[in-house]
Amino acid sequence: MVAKLKSKQDLEKLKKEIAAKREMEKPLIMACNGTGCHASGCVAVTAAFREEIGKRGLADKVDIKASGCHGFCEQGPVVVIQPGDIFYHQVKADDVPQIVDETVIKGSVIDRLLYVDPATGKKYVHPSEVPFYQRQRRIVFGNNGKISPDNIEDYIALGGYSALAKVLFDKSPQQVIEEIKKSGLRGRGGAGFPAGRKWESCRNAPGEPKYVIANCDEGDPGVYANRSLLEGNPHSVLEGLIICAYAVGSHQGYIYVRNEYPLAVKNAGIAIKQAEQMGLLGRNILGSGFDFKITINRGGGAFVCGESSALMASLEGKVGEPRAKYIHTVEKGLWDKPSNLNNVETLANVPLIINNGADWFRAVGTEGSKGTKIFSLVGKVNNSGLAEVPMGMTLREVIYGIGGGIKNGKKFKGVQTGGPSGGVIPESMLDMPVDFDELTKAGSMMGSGGMIVMDEDTCMVDTARYFLSFLEEESCGKCVPCREGIKRMRQILNDITEGKGEERDIELLERISAVLGDASLCALGMTAANPVLTTLRYFRDEYEAHIREKRCPAGVCKALLQYYIIDEKCVGCRLCEKACPVEAITFKGKKKPVVLDQEKCIKCGICKDVCNLEAVGVKPR
Amino acid sequence: MNKKVALAIDKYGADTGQLISILQDIQAELYYLPKEALVQVSAAMGIPLSQVYSVATFFRAFSLKPRGKHLINVCLGTACHVRGASKVLEQMERSLAVSPGDTTADARFTLETVNCMGCCALGPVVNVDGEYFGQMNAGKVNSLLAKF
Amino acid sequence: MITIDIDGRELKAKKGQTVLEVARESGIYIPTLCYHESLAPYGACRLCVVEVFHGSRSRLVASCLYPVEEGLKVVTASPRVKDNRRVIMELLLARCSENEVVRKLASEMGVEQPPFKTEYLENEDCILCGLCARACEQIVERSAISLVNRGVKRELATPFREPSAACIGCGSCAYICPTGAIKMEDKDGIRVVYARNWKTEFKLKKCKVCGSYWAPEAQLEYIRKKVNLPQGFFDVCLNCRK
Repeated sequence: MVAKLKSKQDLEKLKKEIAAKREMEKPLIMACNGTGCHASGCVAVTAAFREEIGKRGLADKVDIKASGCHGFCEQGPVVVIQPGDIFYHQVKADDVPQIVDETVIKGSVIDRLLYVDPATGKKYVHPSEVPFYQRQRRIVFGNNGKISPDNIEDYIALGGYSALAKVLFDKSPQQVIEEIKKSGLRGRGGAGFPAGRKWESCRNAPGEPKYVIANCDEGDPGVYANRSLLEGNPHSVLEGLIICAYAVGSHQGYIYVRNEYPLAVKNAGIAIKQAEQMGLLGRNILGSGFDFKITINRGGGAFVCGESSALMASLEGKVGEPRAKYIHTVEKGLWDKPSNLNNVETLANVPLIINNGADWFRAVGTEGSKGTKIFSLVGKVNNSGLAEVPMGMTLREVIYGIGGGIKNGKKFKGVQTGGPSGGVIPESMLDMPVDFDELTKAGSMMGSGGMIVMDEDTCMVDTARYFLSFLEEESCGKCVPCREGIKRMRQILNDITEGKGEERDIELLERISAVLGDASLCALGMTAANPVLTTLRYFRDEYEAHIREKRCPAGVCKALLQYYIIDEKCVGCRLCEKACPVEAITFKGKKKPVVLDQEKCIKCGICKDVCNLEAVGVKPR
Repeated sequence: MNKKVALAIDKYGADTGQLISILQDIQAELYYLPKEALVQVSAAMGIPLSQVYSVATFFRAFSLKPRGKHLINVCLGTACHVRGASKVLEQMERSLAVSPGDTTADARFTLETVNCMGCCALGPVVNVDGEYFGQMNAGKVNSLLAKF
Repeated sequence: MITIDIDGRELKAKKGQTVLEVARESGIYIPTLCYHESLAPYGACRLCVVEVFHGSRSRLVASCLYPVEEGLKVVTASPRVKDNRRVIMELLLARCSENEVVRKLASEMGVEQPPFKTEYLENEDCILCGLCARACEQIVERSAISLVNRGVKRELATPFREPSAACIGCGSCAYICPTGAIKMEDKDGIRVVYARNWKTEFKLKKCKVCGSYWAPEAQLEYIRKKVNLPQGFFDVCLNCRK
């Protein structure tokens, strides 16, 4: 039972004590336990390590930590062994005895578990050399790989909570606000509003009590950066939120976590308890006299609750309906009181700015976008995962330099950024720097950091239709433009993908888009047309092919294609015949191995999935 | 059931702001939100039943119908979508003869969709009872269902 | 007192007023569907959008909610506003293609046919303005009905689509509904308040003197208890009291 820390000096002392306890040479097995690695089997791997180390009587000689997400999810489960910084990928429970034998005990490297760059065939031992990591600048996310999220001492050992101590004893709230303003930190959740200005408005707004809220509702499909941050390094968010509360003058904070993130909820809860036990949260923090408590609220499965006024409504036990923000939530927010809401990534940057100074932060990034951003680089890219890059790096460098280019040697077509509120950026614009304003100029937006890479096999019309379906489901339904407008646009796009498109459809889509942008109640509606507008802007030829020629150039829209058997490649193994759910494939004997009945075919694609010889093709009807 | 509902309410001090958390806890216990539970919440917390009902029907996390033994979640996030998730869902619908949100006649499976579980590198992803299955395609659906 | 400009007219306004309130005081017409002066503005129908200018930049805002400020410049029927209102009516008409009130309003705005395929047109009466639910919550304070589900599945309903235990049959919802989606009928001592997918029935109180049925028993009982009147206070109808 740790005694509560009652001063800045107590914290310093504790940090030194922890450092002394930890022998630098003690071997450490760091097994990534982020949700991505969970899905690829890290729980079994971590358990296998504990068992193996226990079996050999090394439990007090070797440390095993289950860390937060390392970001290189494509290669999970990921394990890093110290000393030596040895990086193993796609580790299975069966590999564990060998790893303990050869790497942990003997210190040698197991070749077959090393990461191989698919582009060059080169093998890498250390994470810092791996191309995926090399070009990143992991000031916020890097600590994920060094700590166990359920152990506050790991965070303190790295200097955690020293920014809080500095703020509570050496800075006034106004000084903290000035520092954040000077740094140029802009919101990392979507709109990119300057954080310092928001804090200042909230501080100056009349009314008590004030509330501060950390938004981890991360609804953009395909993005899980916030999740991994809160899951893997919850204290970085807590520290940022406490500093924010001090600056704004709030004593009650909330962390709003999406319902679909159970591990993040759990780890944030553990972090809060441990911080409270140590006197870093709760009453009289660090003996400074400042009180602050944090409550965790889970979302209920509604994308719209990522919007600040809808989020606050759900914190009041009401449905997640946004309201007009002519009076900003910093003035009248939760329970009509001044409320400051920031994304968790924004908050995680705060301790770094306090410790290193606004000038240090400003040294990275572009004129209008300072610092770094964590991106969720997923889709048809070789290295899927979370990458933290300095603002200003080009899309090309991210997708090819870090992402390793397009999977299976296919051709790049576009990258979707900003989630359903954003748009698709074509190849011609790949040299665009990652920057709030540049992305907005191109018709997209930074959003929460989604970068979904699409290749020649992705249909842009289908992509627009997909986003509209998503928004149709997530619309709260309050205002006419969003509820009715998105539905009509989705219907039109459905028809286009089914070969029922008409010449006037594009104009109709543009008319409804204009109203969505002008007259919607909230940002969900206002940005809902972006996927359609950008795909129309950069891929109009695809729309025209669907409408005029009833053809899907990418070979995706089912109604416009047919599956067929490539006779020359077929050997009559009949796997497809067995797998076909509607018995559309029959075996005719040696001369013509299998026949696909087009009348019965429902274009499910299973025959293509199961064929090992690529003897099933897809072509326009 | 009354006791479980009362426990959930008390855990949050009957704070109206925590209505959603309370409903989530109740659903975790009872696997869905029975009408009686919502009536009890409304009475105990002084929130109009119509508001409780609105909240229960607004958020996807809540089900007002009893769920099946196994909960199948098919991820329809963008990354999974471009890797072919819709085909996986279509095959699920065919094999189970239900639409998303519904439960099979034998009450074995409930099929739901979710917009991103955050393991995009493994897409398309299907989650059954909390267990993740990655790199799914339509052809693997039946063998997955057979596991349960 | 502050001064604002609506359509080139200089108008006096009080801090805390909305653009719509000031416009109506001066007889300037702005169409609305989900607005009612006895209820807190909702901002859902978006018909009341107007263009507000800050220097050379402008945006559309809902006039029922937008607070006035010194020097505000508003244009209530610019081409941009008219275009928006027209499309909003097209969308409403596509949803309520056979509702008389919606068709009339659409026609007044020059919208005769929604530009969508006939097979996709719907035949609803409810425009989801929420006036009924809001009146029931804010004025009658019973919250007997509410907006249920989300997005395109949104509808106005009683809890579990059963007769609402909180309803007192006052009929405020039927009175305030702009499209006739909620109806009320008194017949043979029974009042029925109903919409397409729900209905509630109430016994009407019979006057001891004249024998006519005059108001739902539940409503009278609610008022009697709320205002602390003695038992039997409402046994005589208002006509017979004189």
